[in-house]
Amino acid sequence: MPFIPHTEQDVQKMLDVIGVESIDQLFDEIPAHLRAKSLDAVPEGLNEMAMMRRMSERAALDAGAKCYLGAGAYEHHIPAAVWDIATRGEFMTAYTPYQAEASQGTLQLIYEYQSMMCALTGLPVSNASLYDGASGLAEAVLMAIRGNRKSKSRRVLMAASVHPLYRKATDSIVGNQGIAVDTVALDTQTLTVDQCQLAQYEGEDYAALVIAQPNFFGTIEEVNALTDWAHAQGMLVIAVVNPTSLAILTPPGEWGEQGADIAVGEGQPLGIPMASGGPYFGFICCTDKLVRQMPGRIIGRTVDLEGKVGYTLTLQAREQHIRRSKATSNICTNQGLAVTAATIYMSLLGHEGLARVARASHGNTCKLRERVARLEGVSLAPQAHCFHEFVMHVDGEAEAVLANMAEHNVLGGLALGEYYPELGQAILVCATETKIAADLEEYERVLRQALAQTGGNG
Amino acid sequence: MSNIPGELKYLSSHEWARLEEDGSTVTVGITDHAQDLLGDVVFVELPEVGAEIAAGEEAGVVESVKAASDIFSPVSGEVIAVNEELEDAPEMVNNEPYDDGWFFKVKISDADELNALLDAEAYSEVCEADDH
Amino acid sequence: MLIFEKGAPGRLAHSQVPQTEHELDLPESVQRKRPPALPEVSELQAVRHFTNLSRKNFSIDTQFYPLGSCTMKYNPRGAHRAASLPGFLGRHPLAPASHSQGYLSCVYELQEILKEVTGMAGVSLCPMAGAQGEFAGVAMIKAYHEARNDFARTEIIVPEAAHGTNPATAVMCGYKVKEIPVKADGDVDLAALKEAVGPQTAGIMMTNPSTCGVFERQIEQISKTVHDAGGLLYYDGANLNAILGKVRPGDMGFDVLHMNLHKTFATPHGGGGPGSGPVAVGKRLLPYLPTPIVGKQDQDGQQRYHWLDDQALPESIGRLSAFMGNAGIILRAYVYAVLLGREGLHRVGEYSTLNANYMAKLMENAGFKLAYPGRRATHEFIVTLNKQAKELGVTAMDFAKRLLDYGYHAPTTYFPLLVPECFLIEPTETESIEELEGFVKAMKAIQKEAEDSAELVTGAPFTQPVRRLDDVKAARELDVAYQPASAS
Repeated sequence: MPFIPHTEQDVQKMLDVIGVESIDQLFDEIPAHLRAKSLDAVPEGLNEMAMMRRMSERAALDAGAKCYLGAGAYEHHIPAAVWDIATRGEFMTAYTPYQAEASQGTLQLIYEYQSMMCALTGLPVSNASLYDGASGLAEAVLMAIRGNRKSKSRRVLMAASVHPLYRKATDSIVGNQGIAVDTVALDTQTLTVDQCQLAQYEGEDYAALVIAQPNFFGTIEEVNALTDWAHAQGMLVIAVVNPTSLAILTPPGEWGEQGADIAVGEGQPLGIPMASGGPYFGFICCTDKLVRQMPGRIIGRTVDLEGKVGYTLTLQAREQHIRRSKATSNICTNQGLAVTAATIYMSLLGHEGLARVARASHGNTCKLRERVARLEGVSLAPQAHCFHEFVMHVDGEAEAVLANMAEHNVLGGLALGEYYPELGQAILVCATETKIAADLEEYERVLRQALAQTGGNG
Repeated sequence: MSNIPGELKYLSSHEWARLEEDGSTVTVGITDHAQDLLGDVVFVELPEVGAEIAAGEEAGVVESVKAASDIFSPVSGEVIAVNEELEDAPEMVNNEPYDDGWFFKVKISDADELNALLDAEAYSEVCEADDH
Repeated sequence: MLIFEKGAPGRLAHSQVPQTEHELDLPESVQRKRPPALPEVSELQAVRHFTNLSRKNFSIDTQFYPLGSCTMKYNPRGAHRAASLPGFLGRHPLAPASHSQGYLSCVYELQEILKEVTGMAGVSLCPMAGAQGEFAGVAMIKAYHEARNDFARTEIIVPEAAHGTNPATAVMCGYKVKEIPVKADGDVDLAALKEAVGPQTAGIMMTNPSTCGVFERQIEQISKTVHDAGGLLYYDGANLNAILGKVRPGDMGFDVLHMNLHKTFATPHGGGGPGSGPVAVGKRLLPYLPTPIVGKQDQDGQQRYHWLDDQALPESIGRLSAFMGNAGIILRAYVYAVLLGREGLHRVGEYSTLNANYMAKLMENAGFKLAYPGRRATHEFIVTLNKQAKELGVTAMDFAKRLLDYGYHAPTTYFPLLVPECFLIEPTETESIEELEGFVKAMKAIQKEAEDSAELVTGAPFTQPVRRLDDVKAARELDVAYQPASAS
């Protein structure tokens, strides 16, 4: 019996002690006609060897391509030590640190994680993480609605240059509470927030403005001006940021005159594999003023009864198990294991290592952008400055060009037509530090060929 | 047995109300019994000065490590003062619930509302029922 | 000591750092002025620091962990290994279907398996945790009513013994919460329910077996009462392990449910997550499932898998994450189901129930008071230490802390709220009889200590990295991030 240790003698002894004839008798409070029949649609079990063979074959089907997709999930080198340590049973098979004395490992690690996220974002408070960047943004919007006491409108402004899938997730999560999310239009030339559009919102009641740096297209936004504008309107500022970029870009806590109020984003670039989209983790940081609006777990430093430093869950009265229907959120868990990996990753890289990852990714993206600019049938979007993604327009069908590239095992980017039809045949391309010169050369060659074969070179 | 001053009025949700000498200001806090049930208070969220509140309405939250309770206003009127010292010293709610541990003051619109509140005797019955 | 305090300025794990000569093509105004205060340590320092931190944790791999309502069963290493194959780890979430057939086939098959074990018509694996599954489920209930132009349903009914997530979820979905009482035998007060339902009822959220550790015997009457009033039934799958393969939520009359793959399907809890909380629905709610889900097509005799997103499901409640939930957890759960197979899944409910009933009987025989003595235990049961608290001044918290000294993780304490001084004990099916007996023996020894030298219990733990912590100081003097000495 897989993972059940009972011998026949054990079972008999246990039944005798309980005083029943059979295991089935233990279910006699369940009406007989409700009992489940055989689970026919479930196949027979496999042993580990047979299972591994099947899974290896399936995993191989998905392997082998070079990846230039970004759009919220990024390929970075992950030091071997990161997951070797994170998957130690003591981290991987523990649960929420309810018994603080027997969970100091997890608790201290999360305190260190919170400290690192505060250092990166320039804000004083971090929680122990949320599910992912997109659902994290939804929580940030809910925080702003609760935290901006002057605003009564239950609506926020969201830049169209924020990740479209984040915007979708935010809509599905906050919409049920009657919260409206209005979109600030995109400047389709520069691929940034269209600042000419802002005037129409002046004097309107919005709880917050959401902006991304770099934005979905990899473009650098004028975050200082946007932050100051929003604060002048009585809005809070929610910054959606890439953690790798924060090694070189101004932290949200220092944007404009007062700094952003909430910073949120996807933690995946910090040592988490792309792995089909999860598990990742959402990080969220805020000002001291908003700490009681923070959803999820928070770890605090304290002392034990002998005065020795220790760590414990704190501010739990915000949470669902105490506040029930009045909790800040229904969230109970964090993404502890992913946070464990990210904390080890940030420790191994340090600020210098992370800055070099950011610079190398930025460098490769700039180089690839120069390369493809030379191709006939490709034109670049006039983005003033990119971090590690850029947008190119192709002659012909973007989807067809990408499909052709994929046949040659190059995943050339993301076609933007589904998300931004106004941009035409646009592709979002990402090159991180994992790419070498030969890769970029191959990309150029495969793209040129795809353009030729799909009739995209004029 | 907790301290239940005879001169105050009470809500069964454990707030006390004291009519000040000017005859129109009511000071509000939570009772000794309430702070005992909550344990060490770690945070108090207070209404904003200038806010209009109605009797029976939520006017704040008091938090301990293991619990959080809404504070209901016993009377209607305008909030004219809040106890800002609780921000740095929430333990005053435990130490002096009827003095330095007060929460907020209301300029009342209708003094009759006080008559509808519990007196000390009625409130002590509420506390006794709690203990069972 | 914190990792920050172990470093030295300028120290670097050199082999982890890429070389780059590229100049930043970015305006000064957006460049960071001071580097973030991250640790500056060697690779060995980091490895040693975090390895040593891990040793300050209790875990399933190292200790019996009978945390009620959390299903801390063995997490098969094989599932972890399979989900960590390079093809799965390297797959970008937006990779084209041509480079995703391996992953998509696993997702599709898990959807089918979960449909079968729950008796429902459709499954979405999107929700990233139980609480998000609850959110998705209640959002679907709302979408269903609103699609029928029924906007009068503003209330969700929740039994008072429910997990705190239930009322919190209902509020996140814009509903008011109506709590109904639970009777002394652990079943819902049916009369109160009948009183509570009406045209304002959107639905009821229930766990069965309930958080009281007993099977709700009136489930069919409850189902009829709520359905007759036009409401829907939500099944909180927190306790699905108790009935896996024995009774299916769909057959009990539930319209929608979530499962916790990190409980019932043995995926690791990871120190508090990641979990995964798929939702399953009956026919009525099929159009509202969160996206994306995976479909299958027969293409020239070959099975091809593809995504179904909001274009395919226009009435969907939408997306809950940037991509599709906790994919790696979904793979682990799939592998678990593959390893167990049909017969193995049937045994989960049986042996988890056997273990709980055996332990409950041993505890009762040892003189501990069961909260629901007349009832069968399910996969978990409740002991109340009210007598010890009153007579000896030794609380459930004290017993919990002393258990740590005996090498056992404490059960869930003080939940459900309606049983005073309680332990909610869930042994799971993967524990051996020796482990169960060892725990009861420890409880007996602690009881003796409580009677003879109570300070051993009230002062516990003595053997852990720290003694009891000052939670009041933690909350009053909030310190949630390290401040480097230079910054303060």
